Amino acid sequence: MEHSIIIYILIMAGVTYLIRVIPLTLIRREIKNPLIRSFLFYVPYVTLAVMTFPAMVTAAASPLAGAFAFIAGVLLAWFGMPLLQVSILSCLTVFILELIL
Amino acid sequence: MNDKQAFNKGTRDGVPIALGYLAVSFSLGIAAKNSGLSAPLASLASLLCLASAGEFAGFTLISAGAGYLEMAVMEFVINVRYLLMSCSLSQKVPEDTSLPKRLLLGMTLTDEIFAISSATPEKLNVYYSYGALAIAAPAWALGTGLGVVMGNILPANVVSALSVALYGMFLAIIIPPARGNRIILVLVIISMLSSLIFTYVPPLSAIEPGFRIILLTVAISGGAAVIAPIGPNDSKRPDRKVSDNYNGA
Repeated sequence: MEHSIIIYILIMAGVTYLIRVIPLTLIRREIKNPLIRSFLFYVPYVTLAVMTFPAMVTAAASPLAGAFAFIAGVLLAWFGMPLLQVSILSCLTVFILELIL
Repeated sequence: MNDKQAFNKGTRDGVPIALGYLAVSFSLGIAAKNSGLSAPLASLASLLCLASAGEFAGFTLISAGAGYLEMAVMEFVINVRYLLMSCSLSQKVPEDTSLPKRLLLGMTLTDEIFAISSATPEKLNVYYSYGALAIAAPAWALGTGLGVVMGNILPANVVSALSVALYGMFLAIIIPPARGNRIILVLVIISMLSSLIFTYVPPLSAIEPGFRIILLTVAISGGAAVIAPIGPNDSKRPDRKVSDNYNGA
């Protein structure tokens, strides 16, 4: 059977969107259960931490440069530098180190 | 902050997201090209999906000539973490948010826009997320199209440098609250160490990345909820200081 690329794309988009939108539309109330509330409260921190490390280190062509970018990003964020600056300085760390290394 | 101001702030905070998206989607475009997609089709896929891992997997299945059901199952598995993020975000929006607004908010639920939406103090003004989407989505689609057309026009070292942009942003979101809250600090460290172990130590490393993320998120957040439940009135994030930083950015 010949598959249509358009249908493929619509399936990709449809499934992705439904996953994103169903809980948002079904859960209308503030959840009172302290266990669930706590769980959902912690989700963003855990999921972002899991996604960032070690992926950030291996994302750069040189893992050593990636490791330094990770350390630089953690330190800059720790001392309160805003989003855009942390992001750009992480990139610059990789760029400069890969020129030197 | 009124809706217009929230939207503008969202577009401003969306700039680093858009920059990171340009780089990531560029390589996504190269993958799309290898799967036989034209630039307009690849851009369309990106505009509609806004999902890096999901699209990479999707393009692979397209070139393999997989069945439609197989495609649907794959997309579900690889994107299932958004279910959790959507649940989490449902507690962040005001209860009286209308259905159309919620439907539109669902479109903004990428890892990155979810991250900045979650980091706002108090309740989320949905226009903030819309603002971020308004700048990030075109960048994502544009980058994908450029990747198809121009392939290797960006020097490799520039691509390499840009590839850490989104991770740098994630750090800027999770580290300041971790500094201000010992539980979050411990959670972030445990999460990163677990992720490291699950990435490299067999047989755990055999677990597919999308599933690894949700498995660790459920286990670690669940454990934390049991050990250190938040207070009954503690609905806002303990990261007031970060939010001030956002305002200043």
